[in-house]
Amino acid sequence: MAQRSFKLVRKKKLSSKVVRELREKVIELILFLAAFSSVATTMAILYILITESILFFQQVPLIDFLTDTRWTPLFRDRHYGIISLLSGTLVTSGVALLVAIPAGTIAAIYLSEFASSRVREIIKPALELLAAIPTVVYGYFALLFVTPWLQTIFPKLPGFNMLSAGLVMGLMIIPFISSISEDAMRAVPVGLREGSYAMGATKLQTALKVVFPAAISGISSSYILGTSRAVGETMIVAVSAGLRPNLTWNPFEQAATITAYIVQVSLGDLPHGTLEYQTIFAAGLTLVLMTLMLNIIGHFLAKKYREIY
Amino acid sequence: MVEEMYSNSQTITATIPKAEVADLHFYYGSFHALKNINMVVPEKQVTALIGPSGCGKTTFLRCFNRMHDLYPGNRYQGAIWLDSDTNILSRKVDPIEVRMRISMVFQKPNPFPKSIYENVAYGLRVRGENNRQVIAEKVETALTNAALWDEVKDRLKDSAYNLSGGQQQRLCIARALVADPEIILFDEPTSALDPIATASIEELISTLKQKVTILIVTHSMQQAARFSDYTAFMYLGELVEFGSTKEVFAQPAKKQTKDYISGRIG
Repeated sequence: MAQRSFKLVRKKKLSSKVVRELREKVIELILFLAAFSSVATTMAILYILITESILFFQQVPLIDFLTDTRWTPLFRDRHYGIISLLSGTLVTSGVALLVAIPAGTIAAIYLSEFASSRVREIIKPALELLAAIPTVVYGYFALLFVTPWLQTIFPKLPGFNMLSAGLVMGLMIIPFISSISEDAMRAVPVGLREGSYAMGATKLQTALKVVFPAAISGISSSYILGTSRAVGETMIVAVSAGLRPNLTWNPFEQAATITAYIVQVSLGDLPHGTLEYQTIFAAGLTLVLMTLMLNIIGHFLAKKYREIY
Repeated sequence: MVEEMYSNSQTITATIPKAEVADLHFYYGSFHALKNINMVVPEKQVTALIGPSGCGKTTFLRCFNRMHDLYPGNRYQGAIWLDSDTNILSRKVDPIEVRMRISMVFQKPNPFPKSIYENVAYGLRVRGENNRQVIAEKVETALTNAALWDEVKDRLKDSAYNLSGGQQQRLCIARALVADPEIILFDEPTSALDPIATASIEELISTLKQKVTILIVTHSMQQAARFSDYTAFMYLGELVEFGSTKEVFAQPAKKQTKDYISGRIG
């Protein structure tokens, strides 16, 4: 009797191990699929962008795409100069970053080094709420509130303009920068701060000369993320910056961005396979390459200026 | 009580007190961490604070440069007189000015994420010193006094994190020395270091006392015995005994001190 029960226990142990191994394999597979799905999606998007773009570049020489100063694929006199869309993207993003980087950094320094915990608990969620507002709301805010307000200062400002779109886009990006930068600064060890204070440094000196450089790696990645958001932002610019491609570096003018062009064309009913249809893939590829490049630059900058503590 | 403490050491009265602690109490919120501490810190001598973990010796040390001001809810009561005329703990006294005269070296080496040179220059820069010549001279002097100059003079632009632990701690000492402080506070400066680095830091501290008053918290009684001139033994937030190191170790007046020194508590 005793022996039998012993055998039973052994048998049970063996089978449970098999079950467990099988279960872990299944779990591992599910986890792998979850991780792989995002990689696969990226690959698929890149594949589609590239194959459609190849078709596009078979008809439009790359040199024209890069050097032509007009973008009129939907008109009779067709031109495919991406630079006139790119200028819109760069100007709106530039204006946005001129707002978001200083404001986001200052907000992060305040929240991490100066604010009492009670103030921080109120301001931080409020700031992060900015990121939760749908961007189309920002777009109408720019078009119907910021532009009229700017027109009281600059009467010649057109109804659609890149300045207003860029300013509002900057507001939208502030929480992305402030939140990540603040986390990076708060992760700086207390010992470094105390070392600075013990030398007779003020709060501001400690924040700017010790904490900020120590957190520069996280802060720079927040800038890269903010830039990627600005370059890829669609609704705000489509609603408030205008839809006419315009090669200009003047933020007081209207101009379409790459994203605004894509959304405009996607909403229309262009037949698949036409050259007009393929333009959005070429434009999309340009956008993806831009953000990819920014990410790579950001990665190397962060690595170069990384401060180990 | 006070007389009893001083009776142990006639020598204290013979030296000039750099700082005098009078009826000092300290509270972390409602926790009464330091209770009625009275002692003197003799000028250009090494004074060691010893006692078991949690006895309040680090808390006491951090009163001298008002480090407790950095965190809310802390409260001082009583006085620490610097040169018998300024109460460091007075609300009217700017803690930043206190820290400019009384610098500190921490338990764990905490160099800034900057070059070796800039780490030392930091104390001058926060004081608004911009003259390159002056900064370069003072940095060299401080590094020389911290016995680090010969090891780093060819790589002043290197990151401070490329130094070994012992070198980093000597760099922190150079940083603390650069602006000619009157007192340097050491908070267990060798507890994160190996024996060889510890020996070099101890030797350094012994030579520094010719220039500056030193107050050091140490876990190691041997360390206190080796190079301090005066020793204060603390227990449960109170100063139990204070006197010349020789006397405290050879013939402690209090039973608690004797027990601690002989290893029965702590």
